[in-house]
Amino acid sequence: MMSAPVLLEMRSITKTFPGVTALSDVNLEVRQGEIHAICGENGAGKSTLMKVLSGVHPHGTYTGDIVYQGEQVRFSDIRASEQAGIVIIHQELALVPGMSITENIFLGNEPRGRFGIDWKAAQRRALELMEQVGLHEDPDTLVKDIGVGKQQLVEIAKAFAKDVKLLILDEPTAALNEADSRHLLDLLRGIRRRGVTSIIISHKLNEIEAVADTITILRDGRTIESLDVHADGVNEDRIVRGMVGRELHSRFPEHTPDIGEVFFEVRDWTVRHPISADRLVCKGSSFTVRRGEIVGFAGLMGAGRTELAMSLFGRSYGVYLSGRIFKDGEEVQLRTVSDAIRHGLAYVSEDRKAIGLNLLDDIKTSMVAAKLSKVSSHGVVDPVREYRAAEEYRQSLRVKSPSVDEGVTKLSGGNQQKVVLAKWMFTDPDLLILDEPTRGIDVGAKYEIYGIIQRLADQGKGVIVISSELPELIGLCDRIYTVFEGTVTGEVSRADADPELLMKQMTSTKKTPIR
Amino acid sequence: MSRIKDLQKNLFGGTTSNARQFGMIFTLVAIVLLFQIWTDGLTLTSGNLIAVVSQYSYILILAIGMLMVIVAGHIDLSVGSVAAFTGIVVAKAMQEFSLPWPVGILLGLAVGALIGAWQGFWVAYVGVPAFIVTLAGMLLFRGGNQYIGNADTVPVSEGFRTIGAGFLPEIGPDTGYNNLTLLLGLAACAGVIWRELKSRQTRREMNADVAPMWISVLRMAVMVGVIVFATLRFAGGRVGTSLPISGIILIALVLAYSHYTRNTIGGRHIYAVGGNSRAAELSGVKLKRVNFLVMMNMSVLAALAGMIFVARSSASGPQDGLSWELDAIAAVFIGGAAVSGGLGTISGSIVGGLVMALLNNGLQLEGVGSDMVQIIKGLVLLLAVAFDVYNKSQGRFSIIGSLMRPFRRDDPPPPTATPTSDAGKAPVAG
Repeated sequence: MMSAPVLLEMRSITKTFPGVTALSDVNLEVRQGEIHAICGENGAGKSTLMKVLSGVHPHGTYTGDIVYQGEQVRFSDIRASEQAGIVIIHQELALVPGMSITENIFLGNEPRGRFGIDWKAAQRRALELMEQVGLHEDPDTLVKDIGVGKQQLVEIAKAFAKDVKLLILDEPTAALNEADSRHLLDLLRGIRRRGVTSIIISHKLNEIEAVADTITILRDGRTIESLDVHADGVNEDRIVRGMVGRELHSRFPEHTPDIGEVFFEVRDWTVRHPISADRLVCKGSSFTVRRGEIVGFAGLMGAGRTELAMSLFGRSYGVYLSGRIFKDGEEVQLRTVSDAIRHGLAYVSEDRKAIGLNLLDDIKTSMVAAKLSKVSSHGVVDPVREYRAAEEYRQSLRVKSPSVDEGVTKLSGGNQQKVVLAKWMFTDPDLLILDEPTRGIDVGAKYEIYGIIQRLADQGKGVIVISSELPELIGLCDRIYTVFEGTVTGEVSRADADPELLMKQMTSTKKTPIR
Repeated sequence: MSRIKDLQKNLFGGTTSNARQFGMIFTLVAIVLLFQIWTDGLTLTSGNLIAVVSQYSYILILAIGMLMVIVAGHIDLSVGSVAAFTGIVVAKAMQEFSLPWPVGILLGLAVGALIGAWQGFWVAYVGVPAFIVTLAGMLLFRGGNQYIGNADTVPVSEGFRTIGAGFLPEIGPDTGYNNLTLLLGLAACAGVIWRELKSRQTRREMNADVAPMWISVLRMAVMVGVIVFATLRFAGGRVGTSLPISGIILIALVLAYSHYTRNTIGGRHIYAVGGNSRAAELSGVKLKRVNFLVMMNMSVLAALAGMIFVARSSASGPQDGLSWELDAIAAVFIGGAAVSGGLGTISGSIVGGLVMALLNNGLQLEGVGSDMVQIIKGLVLLLAVAFDVYNKSQGRFSIIGSLMRPFRRDDPPPPTATPTSDAGKAPVAG
């Protein structure tokens, strides 16, 4: 492996934006046929480095050299780098939802026939490419009708169609469930066997450890080190140390739970899909939450966890069919979001940019948005009370921003998530439902978010955490429910929680005995 | 050096909305001066100012409602037809049933509310895009106007004409000016000073940087200067004229709606819906109700504008309100609202509307034909929005931002990406 020739060398790359040095003397050496992982906290410069490589930041806007296949290259735009066989797949997929798989694979790269596009050839080639990436679908299926995992595969097939030599994947598994992630990692190994080199950027260190040959760690726009996974005995803690520059003793803060009585209970919750009347997204789900307890919901993507949470939260998803909600021993009707907020529920959505925040707002407006009445009198918002409330949360949650007047788009993912948490803490909830609270957030910020969740529980609130990362649930939660196809299939206490058991319950309808 | 920095920070694109508005007003003044010079002083004569206000107040009233519609992420193409329809209904009703004119006005507002409820229902509760609903409304109510009025004009009574062509009465001692207008001007000066002091107080309570006192004084002095100048002009016209009644209605509406959109929960909800409707819904905002009310409010204001227009021209006709929607929409976008919703201010829209009005007026005074006026207005709209879009696409790397950067200390740049910044009006000023 070490003898493989160097495919790509980026030498002392420095990239400055006005006022900010994003990359400072960064070096990267990628060998032919390896899987090369780039790790670093958010803002460490990973994406900027890839943008320099792929020509998004064209030659001349940075200093340093890029040597690719033994030659110095100067890409003027993405097309130039793609012609050289460098294809980047972004976290936000660049697919047209209303087009078929075939059309997407050849978008901008259509095979020409005598009269326009040769769709027959395209179809044939698409089938070959789909076979290579293990995508078994009708190539005429519209991309919006397949899951995120399969869409990811379409992107990779699209890259293959361009005759890729160096494939760059930015957070490829961030939106995938465990099974799809595993499939993708297997695919990467397959790609490696075929001699295609790949660069993978990911926050999921366990995946990097499993699949990468070499790891380059960036911190604050500098190269910290390059690790050979096979030789150096690299593990997750080792990577984290490089990323944050210190040893994190534990990925989770110390916490002794103080659990009280059951105060929230859901019985036989059944909800159907908003459009197709015969599809149940929640089927007779029942669960309880105690005061001061952190309850996890584990499940594969599409298992119905988000649907369950949102339908409970003022019937924000699907069509309610049956089921009852009890709070503090009394049955409550939560028909609208306002009802839910009034009864002390809070829902932090999994997609904070799409449905969690108004990205036009500043921090203080966002933080008070869900309970404006608390800083208003007679319907008029008091700017001073608003400011003070927001400032308090900015300090207590340590939102990194000079003031609460700052726009939320300027914040990093972790800090945006803190703003969303503050927004819901501001409503004085008794039960917080946090849907993927640490998605797309770097290690340091995750640790802080975990701390906030634990503090909320210590105040006697119930916290439900929905997460696709089993280690997170196991490390954080006092009790974990597993969900499969809209039904709660099991309940595991902290002491018994292990990934294998959870995974088994997440993939079968058979109810396992409690505890 | 530090004073210039203070001035830049506090007058232009500063962090408070007050400062931004001040910058907008400053831009408008530049336009006025431009025409003042070009027309050899005709623009700022009493007679012309009074004419401008009574001629364009209904467009500005529409701009208020349109701003809220656009902020919520919709559009209303029907306002001209709704205005014309209301006008004919009111004129006809007063003629046929000899209703007293105040009842006529109430009837008109009720008609506006009904039409608004109709359009709001389709937009909010059925989910038909406002573009379609109001395009249909545009045809519906234009046709309705011609059906009811037999495509003919219907005159209105003398009393009714007050709201469009009326002036404040002459009372009190003979000062050579209209005394009530003078009083209004005085109240406005007091209001400006009170607001400045209150905003300083608020910022102090928020531990935010309070602009140096001399800036506040300068700001107040300029504002007061403009108000005093305008007051004397409006009060000092021909005897029997003053600030027109329609202008007073407009000012009252501007103040009320500015307060509503900026300071109240209901106003916040409109911005929330326009910024991200799903996020707003999940925060407990009643999406449908907000959309319904915004559309309904627009039609009520359109009805009012229609009545004022009818009152001014003393009859309702089949051609009333033609292409008003375009003027109102243009005013809102020149005033810095975002096409995608969620951004924009009432005061910005008013400034945008005044820019259009003064442009019209100045070009007419110069004897420029309506062909050229339309061409120029079209270009101004395009350039104003293009400049905003360009600024936005530059994100934080805006020209101004990068020029300022070497001088900046550790604090981050003020948000340059907001299209409400006064920079958007620069091409108009130049």
